[in-house]
Amino acid sequence: MSIEVRIPTILRPYTGDAKTVEASGDSLTAVIDDLETRHPGLRERLLDEGGSLRRFVNIYIDDEDVRFMGGLQAPVSDGASITILPAVAGGSADLG
Amino acid sequence: MLEIAAELVAAMVAHARADHPDEACGVIAGPIGGDRPERFIPMVNAARSPTFYEFDSLDLLRLYRDMDDHDEEPVVIYHSHTATEAYPSRTDVSYASEPHAHYVLVSTRETGSDEGPYELRSYRIVEGQITEEEVRVVGQSSRTE
Repeated sequence: MSIEVRIPTILRPYTGDAKTVEASGDSLTAVIDDLETRHPGLRERLLDEGGSLRRFVNIYIDDEDVRFMGGLQAPVSDGASITILPAVAGGSADLG
Repeated sequence: MLEIAAELVAAMVAHARADHPDEACGVIAGPIGGDRPERFIPMVNAARSPTFYEFDSLDLLRLYRDMDDHDEEPVVIYHSHTATEAYPSRTDVSYASEPHAHYVLVSTRETGSDEGPYELRSYRIVEGQITEEEVRVVGQSSRTE
């Protein structure tokens, strides 16, 4: 099964500058594992040391934020479109 | 260097003043690869905080879709600091993820919501490194200070 994944500018060094790549998997975890085999290094940019989705990365499956779909367990269907976007955030507070 | 129209500078400052004491944020989009800020897109600060800003995740998705449809990229990403100087904080640096963008900071600490002097500075933030750059304002502002 084939899924289209849109890659943000900052992660395109991992995809040979490709804006969209193909992946497969029936859950977000499976898709990220598959992406890692095709584009080594990408996984670490999406997940933290504990294996959770990084706070400053947003992932959408068919325009829905995965945080509201079970996170990494979110189901992915054949032909789905996944978008990865870095959060746009900041502020004067030093979060440490 | 950031070259930017006076009316876009005025729009960022007006947004920062309107949202003071909370931080204001937004984007000025422009043609991909052109390094020309053209389309002013104020965003809602989903954090509604005087010390933090964040685009709502679905607003963010819509914004990027919309820029994609127009063959645009975020040329300027701006936000305000309302009690501190217009210099990127550690938080700003840790979140900065558009290597081609000009990060513009507006400080409203002097005058708050009122007219008057303001601080506006621009930076590149790439791989954790902050580089300040010159801001060249072009064209006449239609607004009077």
